[in-house]
Amino acid sequence: MNLNEKYEILKKTALEQWNNLKDSEDIVIYVGNVTCGRAAGSQATISAFVKLLEENNIKGRVVPVGCNGHCYAEPIVIIQNPGFPPLMYKNINPGEAGVLVRAFLLEGDPCFDYLIGSLIPDDNFPTINDYPRFLFEKKVVMDLCGYIDPYNIYHYIANDGYNGLVKALGMSQKDIIEEIKNSKLRGRGGAGFPTGVKWEITYNAKGNFKTIICNGDEGDPGAYMDRTIMESNPHQLLEGILIGAYAIGAENAILYIRAEYPLAVNTVKAAINDAKKLNLLGENILGTGISINVSVFQGAGAFVCGEETALIESIEGRRGMPRIKPPYPAEKGFRDEPTLINNVKTLSNIPYIIKKGADKFKEIGTENSPGTAIFSIVGDVNYPGLVEIPMGVTLNHLIFDICGGIKDDKNFKAVQIGGPSGGCLPEKFLETPIDFDSLKKAGAMMGSGGMVIMDDTNCMVEVARYFLDFTQKESCGKCTFCRIGTRQLLEILHRITIGEGTANDLNILEELCEVIIKGSLCGLGKTAPNPVLTTLRYFRDEYLAHIEEKQCPALMCRKLIAFYIDLEKCARGCDACVGCCPTEAIFTTKKSRKKAIDQEKCVKCGECVKACPPEYDAVEIVSPPELAPIITEE
Amino acid sequence: MSQYMEDFDEGKIIEEIEELLTTFRKDTFYILPALQTIQMKYGYVPKRSIALIGDYFNVSHNRVYGIATFYNQFKFNPPGKYQIKVCLGTACHVKGAEIILENFERKLGINEGETTKDRKYSLERVACVGCCSLAPVVVVNEDVEGYMMPSKVEGLIEKHRIEEEMEQRKEKETVDES
Repeated sequence: MNLNEKYEILKKTALEQWNNLKDSEDIVIYVGNVTCGRAAGSQATISAFVKLLEENNIKGRVVPVGCNGHCYAEPIVIIQNPGFPPLMYKNINPGEAGVLVRAFLLEGDPCFDYLIGSLIPDDNFPTINDYPRFLFEKKVVMDLCGYIDPYNIYHYIANDGYNGLVKALGMSQKDIIEEIKNSKLRGRGGAGFPTGVKWEITYNAKGNFKTIICNGDEGDPGAYMDRTIMESNPHQLLEGILIGAYAIGAENAILYIRAEYPLAVNTVKAAINDAKKLNLLGENILGTGISINVSVFQGAGAFVCGEETALIESIEGRRGMPRIKPPYPAEKGFRDEPTLINNVKTLSNIPYIIKKGADKFKEIGTENSPGTAIFSIVGDVNYPGLVEIPMGVTLNHLIFDICGGIKDDKNFKAVQIGGPSGGCLPEKFLETPIDFDSLKKAGAMMGSGGMVIMDDTNCMVEVARYFLDFTQKESCGKCTFCRIGTRQLLEILHRITIGEGTANDLNILEELCEVIIKGSLCGLGKTAPNPVLTTLRYFRDEYLAHIEEKQCPALMCRKLIAFYIDLEKCARGCDACVGCCPTEAIFTTKKSRKKAIDQEKCVKCGECVKACPPEYDAVEIVSPPELAPIITEE
Repeated sequence: MSQYMEDFDEGKIIEEIEELLTTFRKDTFYILPALQTIQMKYGYVPKRSIALIGDYFNVSHNRVYGIATFYNQFKFNPPGKYQIKVCLGTACHVKGAEIILENFERKLGINEGETTKDRKYSLERVACVGCCSLAPVVVVNEDVEGYMMPSKVEGLIEKHRIEEEMEQRKEKETVDES
């Protein structure tokens, strides 16, 4: 029996299972159940559905699936009810689950209130593609995420999974590398190095024990696409790893996953076991004589380990400190043998390229950055979550058309791209196309794809301080300029945010940034000053306001603002703000019987602003704090 | 409470760790996994285990100590029964996670990185738990609480106190019945 025949047998079993599910005469309820869904309460939703189906004697089953990236709608539920197209619902908690079972499953009313849309075009229902959030996406890597059960390997195989591996095993190693090179795929970890070239160098390097490492140490705060891919479609990643391992001639594959992602670790481990059972990895894969062992290594929580040489140090049982390059890992990496390190997203792109061909892949995106980019868009937008778009789409289109613009009709102020190594771009860059080169030119970088959208209530000095606080803590300490320089940057920024900045501070900041970039070995130090440099360049006024006027224009820096209640607007007898105050700083004035804030006790958390009913809107924020009127108990 | 006191039976811990180590191949590749297993089992890395690991893998105690202090995952103090982790990732930060952390500090009377005297609660900050669209986020043991607010802090602590009380009551009832 040859390779293809063996695969056909697997696929037949898989298709039987899959069609059985898709053409089921019973009801099938799919619930997104990975970390983000669970945080929104998907497990309670699942138990509610199971219980309700049983109680009402409805024949049906509940299938936990991955996440499709539409985090604003979590927990997401897809109901496949015979007689209806498959319908997607948003924000389904146990209460809504009860309504859906009673109204939809028992009485046939599809509950338009909770509906997003039908997965397939239908005359009676809006389809999901009527929404820009779905329509403008181009799914390559995340195509199956949220629609298949990550713990069922057959779901993946039924959707043409592992076909790329089978095809690759029938090709020569050189042909595979050529195909990847031809696809112009660039590393999705941030730097954008051509993947095919990296593979070729590792293939050509001499060694007895080559290793492929998948970098799943997603340390950027604000980015979680790798987690979602590992949790929602682990087999696609495994397929990419196996193709890569075969192409460079490695028998050892390590998945480095950060410790903060316990569910991702579990899912990937289960996937490895399942694939082993079907002989898709391990010894003598599908009878081809090729053996590839895949293991999981858990990171231990160090941001710098996302850097490839630091990652290798950590696997070898040392502190994660970057090595001097060259030699690059492709020549001398794990155990001084040639090692290929690719990001989760990069490897997840591989099966598509092998299956559909490099030319098909190049049709997506721009000439120099083909393919798609996955962004985790968070912050003040209406539809946050993971968005997979073709490279070259403008920031404007992404933020305003796809993600629904800024929340609460506030004004756009800046977008922070690329996490702690990226930069903050103001409004004038909204027409910038998203690809590796354009972003770099603007002073930001693609990074791992975290994008934080900020409205005008965000203080850019404070944002820069936050990122420096992060890099300062995560600096491994090897290079003096990174270790001490980031600390100095942080101290100056901190001083500015509490109103103790001096006129010379900005010059020192710029000078320090320059030497940190020059004097650091790895990407962490080289990019750590980016948030400071970009905010200094684009939001200098704000720095000056903090320093010269001791004022925070965005009303965010807590030392520089004060809250007070406007007695003209405050309503007698309303207690809304009193209950929400965590420090009991709000008291009732004796004469007018209205509320006032004790400035001594106030921690400036802003809860009273949220609690004050909009018809009064009596809580005011001022900067500098001296502007707040002094109100005593009398 | 009792299970936390047992942790201080040092002789027993050393024996257990020595046994645990034998499950690892003597390869420096397994130093980190060994530390992680210990951390998972006890919730912290007992100081004595550093030397044991060093001796087992035939590396200096210094190196093991260096590793254990370098990575954020390892703690040297026993955690509380409820480990509260306040996410201070970018998305959570811009939505006021700092204030939530301060509120926990105030309500529990401890600073971040500390454990309350009764070993019920420990408080720490984490960089990002990857649930940014639900920001601000707080993780209690394994449960992720999305859309936190400073005013929800007291409720969250209270919730666990009540849960514990109910458990104790149930236990008492079963004891009474039998």
